[in-house]
Amino acid sequence: MLRYIFKRLVYILIALFIIITATFFLMKLAPGSPFASERDFPPQIEEQLNAKYGLDNPWYIQYKDYLVDTVSFDFGESMKYKGRSTNDIISESFPISLTLGIEAMILSIGLGIFLGVVAALYHNKFPDYLASTIAVLGISVPSFILAGLMQYFLAFKLDLFPVSGWKGFNYSILPALAIAITHAGFIAKLTRSSMLEQANSDYVKMARSKGLGKWSVVIRHSLRNALMPVITYLGPLTAGVVTGSFIIEQIFAIPGLGRHFVTSITNRDYTVIMGTTVFYSIILLFAVLVVDILYSVIDPRIKLKGAKK
Amino acid sequence: MKKSNLFLMLMLLALTLVLAACNFGGEEEEPASEDGSTEGSTEETAEGGTKELNLVVTSEPPSMHPQLATDSTSSAVLKQIYEGLTTYKDGEVVEGAAEKIETSEDGLVYTFTLRDAKWSNGDTVTAEDFAYAWTFALTPENASEYASILYPIKGAQAYNLGEGSVEDLGIKVVDEKTLEVTLENPTPYFLELTAFKTYFPIHKATAEANETWYAEAGETYITNGPYTLADWQHSGSMTLEKNANYWDADNVAIDKVNIGMVESEATAATMFDAGEIDFLGAPFQTVALDVIDRYKQEGILNISDYSAIYMYKFNTTDEVMGNANIRKALTLAIDRQGLIDNITKGEQSPALGMVPTAVKGFEEDAGYMKDNDVEEAKKALELGLQELGLGDASELEIKLSFNTSEAHAAIAQFIQEGWRTNLGIEVTLDNSEWQVYLDKLTNLDYQVGRLGWIADYNDAYTFLEQYDSAENGNNDTGWENAEYTELLKQSNSETDPEKRIELLKQAEAILMSEYPVAPIYYYTNLSVKKDYVENMELDQLGNVYLKYVDINK
Repeated sequence: MLRYIFKRLVYILIALFIIITATFFLMKLAPGSPFASERDFPPQIEEQLNAKYGLDNPWYIQYKDYLVDTVSFDFGESMKYKGRSTNDIISESFPISLTLGIEAMILSIGLGIFLGVVAALYHNKFPDYLASTIAVLGISVPSFILAGLMQYFLAFKLDLFPVSGWKGFNYSILPALAIAITHAGFIAKLTRSSMLEQANSDYVKMARSKGLGKWSVVIRHSLRNALMPVITYLGPLTAGVVTGSFIIEQIFAIPGLGRHFVTSITNRDYTVIMGTTVFYSIILLFAVLVVDILYSVIDPRIKLKGAKK
Repeated sequence: MKKSNLFLMLMLLALTLVLAACNFGGEEEEPASEDGSTEGSTEETAEGGTKELNLVVTSEPPSMHPQLATDSTSSAVLKQIYEGLTTYKDGEVVEGAAEKIETSEDGLVYTFTLRDAKWSNGDTVTAEDFAYAWTFALTPENASEYASILYPIKGAQAYNLGEGSVEDLGIKVVDEKTLEVTLENPTPYFLELTAFKTYFPIHKATAEANETWYAEAGETYITNGPYTLADWQHSGSMTLEKNANYWDADNVAIDKVNIGMVESEATAATMFDAGEIDFLGAPFQTVALDVIDRYKQEGILNISDYSAIYMYKFNTTDEVMGNANIRKALTLAIDRQGLIDNITKGEQSPALGMVPTAVKGFEEDAGYMKDNDVEEAKKALELGLQELGLGDASELEIKLSFNTSEAHAAIAQFIQEGWRTNLGIEVTLDNSEWQVYLDKLTNLDYQVGRLGWIADYNDAYTFLEQYDSAENGNNDTGWENAEYTELLKQSNSETDPEKRIELLKQAEAILMSEYPVAPIYYYTNLSVKKDYVENMELDQLGNVYLKYVDINK
């Protein structure tokens, strides 16, 4: 097991290196400068700015600087937000995205599994149709439309929630729901299909024939096996959801990390692009690793490669 | 069924635990900020409680350093917490931190006598603070992107470009309360400039002690304006509190201003409808295009003049666009009124000159051209085609560039259609994102490109100066004209305001006969406010000074 984790860590480092390199060169190839502005300033000032951020160095020096920055996890000052370091930006906005993300994840897993199990148990009956309809709607309605509708009806018309902002639990319900519903729909579909598969297996028939109830079979036996595909989906979901959603953060005016991924690129804010990309990669890579480890916990039949025989 | 309910309950329990632990990322608890305000503003007034104003801005202000800020969001907030030597009231320049302003006969030396004003920490505002701030902006190493607005000061340009020395600057601290400024040329609008953010003072002691003092609110963020920056949750919100040490604090009505950061225009409109914010309109977010009609019907939409122009620049170094007649044809064949009525909808006025009508001395239409003058346009096109040796307009293909935005795209499509039907010219649209687009303009890698220009100070010079030479960084057209350059130069040394405006008008006429730029419309500022908000009006520079605003609920 340890050997396996060690091996995976080495892979993670290699992947990170490739990501950083690719990001760096794409960033440099993209036209546009971080300092271009509507009101022009003298070339001398631009030189000063370039010197300040090390942009006057040849590309290999800059590349080396970025690698060193990444290793020491200090990405330097943002080129757009004066006097603020990329680390500060990430450390201030990430907890917010994390809170919202975890809330959304709990909602989507809870809702998704519940819908999936109900659909499978009442296969081809009314509850199945209802759950499947909700799931399909959830997947197919984009989150920003849902967000807009919820904002209009729940927040403005019914005045149940604040329209936007981030000042307490109340403020997080609508955005969390908006993020969660798409994923919930997806998880519901995954759970339903694998539950149906399990329902035909021998051990379930055996348990039922022994007189166990429908639901206790689900909870004690089949759900555990049926959750494998959901867990696979969980890794990327975690990484995607906890680092924030650009659209949702924009609509609900949430000061999370998600918007920095997009705005830093349009601003050509090189240090923030690098910082957020590396940060996101690390979370994604580790989330996938954790999921792989979880497999063996949930299903002992799965042996991790490299583990002791 | 019971088991699954238990499962859901567990989920909910876990959720509440997690959320309680996370404390919603950084939002300070209310009591903490209450304790922090020692100003005694918490006393219950007759109207009931402190007066709070709720606003939103579009984004996190990129810089809260007056000398480093370049954008309108930062400047909207900076104007409330700092005060320059002069400031605006009802669109007129009035004394701010200065009590008395004397100008020498030749208009070159300004002597400012400061008021007995204090910083938010109780220190006296001194002439030294102003000199320090201005010198900071001009020091090349600080790379202030807006330093050029200080260039009217003697020696400023040379020092900023690394050619002069700090000793030669025309900024002299006579004593603690007197600042003497020597200018390069008599600059009639200099007192408008001193109200601009780059001319604000900064508290020297704190700025020297901490290089990034401006990155966070709190103890080290010291201001001299009507408000202090009490709290700043990055990308989330800002809280301004009345500055008890401000010299005119008795006349400041609002105790607390909450400024949220909301990027989506639609969200901001919903917030206004839901009563979460009291005012909506640039610089405090904008009234979204799709709610303009509704607010108009409700009768709450305010429309005010704005010293700003929306225009299409022509790249005169381009083979086709180098021809003045082609440029003239394109400029004339734009149905500006139609565009305003159907697309932009903000009751803008058609721009038939280069200087907006909101600028003093330029209120009247000078009659350079008629809107949508297709007849003249066709004639000019004929001439232009002959000069280029082309037979038919269909042989022309023009690329119209703009930065990615729904509004710019809609305008471009409207104009494209006009050029196609009236002149028979095929136009392709080309959009690119903002940073890339600016590079394209600067490198003259375009044919026709859109740009807006908003006055920094309310004078025609800010609109005309950019074309004084092809090298000017804001020109972007490659156009220059010796006579034009000469007229601008003369206007700079002219001390009689009447004659100066006359010179600037002559310059504008040259611009409007060669058409390096097609003016499209003069902006208006749209805003809506709740009934109980008083005196919250935008001046022609788009400024809002919350100092004058009151609430009567």
